[in-house]
Amino acid sequence: MLHYIAKRLLQAIPLLIGVSVIGFAMMHLAPGGPLAVYTLNPTITAQDIERIKQVFGLDQPIHIQYLKWAAGMFTGNWGNTFFGGRPVLDVIMERVPATLLLMGSGMSLAMIIGMLIGVLGAVKRYSIFDYLATTGAMVTLSFPTFWFGLMTIFIFSLKLGWLPSGGMFTLGGEEDVFDLFWHLVLPTMVLALVLVAQWSRYTRSSFIEVIHQDYIRTAKSKGISSGRILLRHAFPNALAPLIALAGIQLPWLFSGALVTETIFGWPGMGRLFVDSLTMKEYPVLMGMVMVTAIAVIVGNLLADVLNAMIDPRIRLDG
Amino acid sequence: MTASGPFQEQPVEACPASPTDGTCLPDDALERSYYESQAKRVWRRFLHHRLAVGGGGMVIVLLLMVFFADFITPHNPLELETARRFIPPFTHPSFVLGTDEMGRDLLSRLIYGGRISLVVGMAAMFATIVTGLFVGLISGFYGGKVDNALMRFTDTMLSFPQVFLLLVLAAFVTPTVISIALIIGLTSWMEVARIIRAQIKYIKEQDFVMAAFALGASAYRIMFKELLPNAIAPVLVSATLNVANAVLMESYISFLGYGIQPPLASWGNMLTNAQAYFDTATYLAILPGIMITLTVMSFNFLGDGLRDALDPRLRM
Repeated sequence: MLHYIAKRLLQAIPLLIGVSVIGFAMMHLAPGGPLAVYTLNPTITAQDIERIKQVFGLDQPIHIQYLKWAAGMFTGNWGNTFFGGRPVLDVIMERVPATLLLMGSGMSLAMIIGMLIGVLGAVKRYSIFDYLATTGAMVTLSFPTFWFGLMTIFIFSLKLGWLPSGGMFTLGGEEDVFDLFWHLVLPTMVLALVLVAQWSRYTRSSFIEVIHQDYIRTAKSKGISSGRILLRHAFPNALAPLIALAGIQLPWLFSGALVTETIFGWPGMGRLFVDSLTMKEYPVLMGMVMVTAIAVIVGNLLADVLNAMIDPRIRLDG
Repeated sequence: MTASGPFQEQPVEACPASPTDGTCLPDDALERSYYESQAKRVWRRFLHHRLAVGGGGMVIVLLLMVFFADFITPHNPLELETARRFIPPFTHPSFVLGTDEMGRDLLSRLIYGGRISLVVGMAAMFATIVTGLFVGLISGFYGGKVDNALMRFTDTMLSFPQVFLLLVLAAFVTPTVISIALIIGLTSWMEVARIIRAQIKYIKEQDFVMAAFALGASAYRIMFKELLPNAIAPVLVSATLNVANAVLMESYISFLGYGIQPPLASWGNMLTNAQAYFDTATYLAILPGIMITLTVMSFNFLGDGLRDALDPRLRM
């Protein structure tokens, strides 16, 4: 077990290095490079630029620059924003809770609905329900998320007036949990939409594989009720591969959160990203790209380790 | 005695039994199933998949629509006329789908927007497939250190959420049809590379490739004459599904303002403008969205059906 975890940890290291190299390369690809904010400023002369280059060590060979930058990333020194000069890491971190809340609720909703549909589809395979569910999954995977978001705002907010169209709290109102929940409903629905399709498809195939195994037939022939077989015998074994799905879904979840936050004005990381794009805040953008990539790597690592902890079969081939 | 197949001796008198109810099949049924050409079998399996046939038909209609856009559009999509702003759909004989906030004909804009979206989708698919094929082929063929390095690079690229990477790159470049297609391709080749690599590794172990090695064929010859033609099925499936993904991605970046720039219409940027008149002219937001969904869905169904038809083993 420990051996497996150590092995997976070691495998994550080259990934992190790769991510940092690509991040560093992108920063230098940006128009104006790392000094864009100074070169675009008319009051700063060419000599000033040279001096700034020396101060920041940008006149040094590229590999030294990379090592210094990577060391800075590692110690939490992610540079300052162009506008306002605040530490990039602080700016990003204050947006994390809102995004985590949205991603958590979206993922939970998608898991519950998706797994229900998946299990029903597997049990009643080739039924009308199964057919509709698999086709429906394909249709929802084809929706542009932002458009679906606009449509929900149109229906539930503008026409029916049931739910708020954006933001996290009512302006000037009481900022309590109920208000937050009310504002969370629509973004959660939109974010969950695409994920539901994935959860139901994976659950379905995972369950179909499990319920055709010998031990399930044995349980049936012993006269155990089908509900109990499903819950106690099939479910735990079908669940194991689904944990990996949670890890695989992380990049989707981040991308989905970005789009959803933009539509609903949700003050999270996605919104910060789009705002930073308009203001050409390259340090923040690079920081966000790094944060999400690292989160994806760590998330996948956690999913694998968790999977190995509950499923002893994994260690054999790990 | 029980085994049957093309190389087993067939009992001469026994009639070929249908697998479902044991009745006799027509005389040529067995022969047909054994000796039917690969293409025919694929075509028959594909026709079985009704949604895929529908998707394929829709794809053809869409392609014809954007190809003949110059002939079928009733108006110039860029022609402004403030006197006829916000005509709702189905109320004006000449402007069937109505007009937008600048009085431009919506139907014409949807058709020309579709041309942009589909051209970007196709070009991005091409970039994705070429990159993925190259990485997957090299990786699967050479194995060892080359494979390891390329696959770690693929894993690294997969760690970035695509939309984030796409938007940063889109903000760096001047948005044109080509540049948008290229950056979509650069950020979505990884899945293709993995699929091709797995396929190449499998084919490489087959006898006919061993024979080619034994005959002293060059690496180039083995890659392009032996391996690649046999990996065409997953490539075709990935290509179709990738058009769907690329159309979706183009609409995302255009919607956020970093893709195709107005006045040129794309389905994505038509939605950006529509947001401002959301309350009064909702049809401006509904119609481009329906076109995106329809297109993406058609390519998805087509790709799904192709996967089933070409190789049932590929199904997840």
